[in-house]
Amino acid sequence: MTVRDFQEAFDEKIDKEIAIEPRDWMPDNYRKTLIRQISQHAHSEIVGMLPEGNWITRAPSLRRKAVLLAKVQDEAGHGLYLYSAAETLGITRDEMVEQLHSGKAKYSSIFNYPTTTWADIGAIGWLVDGAAIMNQVALCRTSYGPYARAMVRICKEESFHQRQGYEILLHMSKGTEIQRKMVQDAIDRWWWPSLMMFGPTDDDSPNTAQSMRWRVKRFTNDELRQRFIDVTVEQCKILGMELPDPELKWNEERGHFDYGPIDWEEFWNVVNGNGPCNRERLKARNDAWEKGAWVRDAALAYSEKRKKRAKEADTKAA
Amino acid sequence: MLDHLFYTLQLADNALILGHRLGEWCGHGPVLEQDIALTNISLDHIGQARSLYQHAAHLTNEIPQEQRAKIFQSVTLNNKINSGELLQEDDLPYLRDAWDFRNALLTEQPNGDWAYTVARSFFYDVFYFLYYTKLKDSKDAQLAAIAEKSLKEVAYHQRWSSEWMIRLGDGTEESKTRIQNAVNDYWQYSGELFVMSDAENAMLKKGIGVDAAALKPEWDAKVEAIFKEATLSIPEEKWMQKGGKQCRHSEHLGFILAELQYMQRAYPGMEW
Repeated sequence: MTVRDFQEAFDEKIDKEIAIEPRDWMPDNYRKTLIRQISQHAHSEIVGMLPEGNWITRAPSLRRKAVLLAKVQDEAGHGLYLYSAAETLGITRDEMVEQLHSGKAKYSSIFNYPTTTWADIGAIGWLVDGAAIMNQVALCRTSYGPYARAMVRICKEESFHQRQGYEILLHMSKGTEIQRKMVQDAIDRWWWPSLMMFGPTDDDSPNTAQSMRWRVKRFTNDELRQRFIDVTVEQCKILGMELPDPELKWNEERGHFDYGPIDWEEFWNVVNGNGPCNRERLKARNDAWEKGAWVRDAALAYSEKRKKRAKEADTKAA
Repeated sequence: MLDHLFYTLQLADNALILGHRLGEWCGHGPVLEQDIALTNISLDHIGQARSLYQHAAHLTNEIPQEQRAKIFQSVTLNNKINSGELLQEDDLPYLRDAWDFRNALLTEQPNGDWAYTVARSFFYDVFYFLYYTKLKDSKDAQLAAIAEKSLKEVAYHQRWSSEWMIRLGDGTEESKTRIQNAVNDYWQYSGELFVMSDAENAMLKKGIGVDAAALKPEWDAKVEAIFKEATLSIPEEKWMQKGGKQCRHSEHLGFILAELQYMQRAYPGMEW
């Protein structure tokens, strides 16, 4: 078969919605796009542990502490599946981690914002995980098999997290005035960055067309963003809170909510390293990795010693 | 009655403080798989603490109100008791001050590097595996049930920390030096686990508590066996620090509580 035949077979699979598997032929750019996307996704899970982990020691009750620990642990688990899914495309976890630590690989910019009150833990669950789910549900049918399967598992846990986050805010919103203030303050800070999570507008997203053709992406950034806004407005009403956008208004004709302009200058600045916590987050990851080097070395040295001893014992027995 | 309460609090405080310490690692572990494992262990401890504090709150509520308001030296807690409110799971962990905490000094020691965390957990896990094995026969059905449920978890914790002791001891030169240093520094906190507190003595007589002192030979044997496999030396230091179980703590506990109790202190009486 020539490259052209391979390409045709690949295109046919995509058109027929047959999953692409690790051993299948795939265009170089498809592979590269997926490695970039899956590893970014994995890094986001890992960096995302930091802003929430920030509240583990200060969680306001033992139940909340346990739930938060379990949640952050789930994120670590998602990171693991995703790194494994990316590894099927011919890159190692160490290489990906190195790209994260050097700043070459990106992760979701939302995690460069600080968690300054307990309500932020609720807001992250509700808004950030909520926005992530919009993307991820669509990815459960993405064309690359291992990625789609990882997403199915992840989505189940993420929707649980979203409900937990919402429940934190709902509980607080039924509490005292100061608790309601804390909820509103968190919504004010997390709303716009959550909308930015869907990425640039379609006019400004050069990779969208190709990704849609490959069925890596199923919906455009703007479509998903709109869907998120439409469901979130209703949920916010139940909390008795306001979304910080004076232009937010139901548009009968479109059947959607209209919304105000997103500050793309802020978005690109945070993407390019100028968010409030970019440096801290990367430093925390680098520190954990560097301080853990001797531990990983020890584990490796020990497992090699064991293998060697087992082999020597076998030789003796023989 | 008070001894029964203090005994339960001793167990609860141990589980909470160690669980809290291990939780500090979450997101900062040396490798993803171990981050997950340590968080799991932290969750087990917090889970045990929750059951034990529920029991402790119940035991407190059984004490006549007038007497109840004099047990603890905490304004917030006593105000709550004086108002006639019954205590719940979170009141004893979040509203007591350090001088009413009964955890062993070992559990409040800082995480240090991975080696210190492993050594601290190893001393604790070996002890608690033996302890819960006995406590499951307690005449207090509640404590017996908690011990039985926890035993499965503690068996895993013991395996995890033993394996890490061996891996670090018999790993590289550096890891061996680090784990030996950690063992040397935290050894002095291992002895307190076997020093019977007043509450332990009283509960032992009633068939509710465990004879901690009697567990020493088995603990020594297990520790020696693991040290041997890990090629580590048992420290010669014989002097042991004690006090935590009788409410006299190191400087660390105050800072742990400052974080742990911050929300309940800043926003008293609110539900989260």
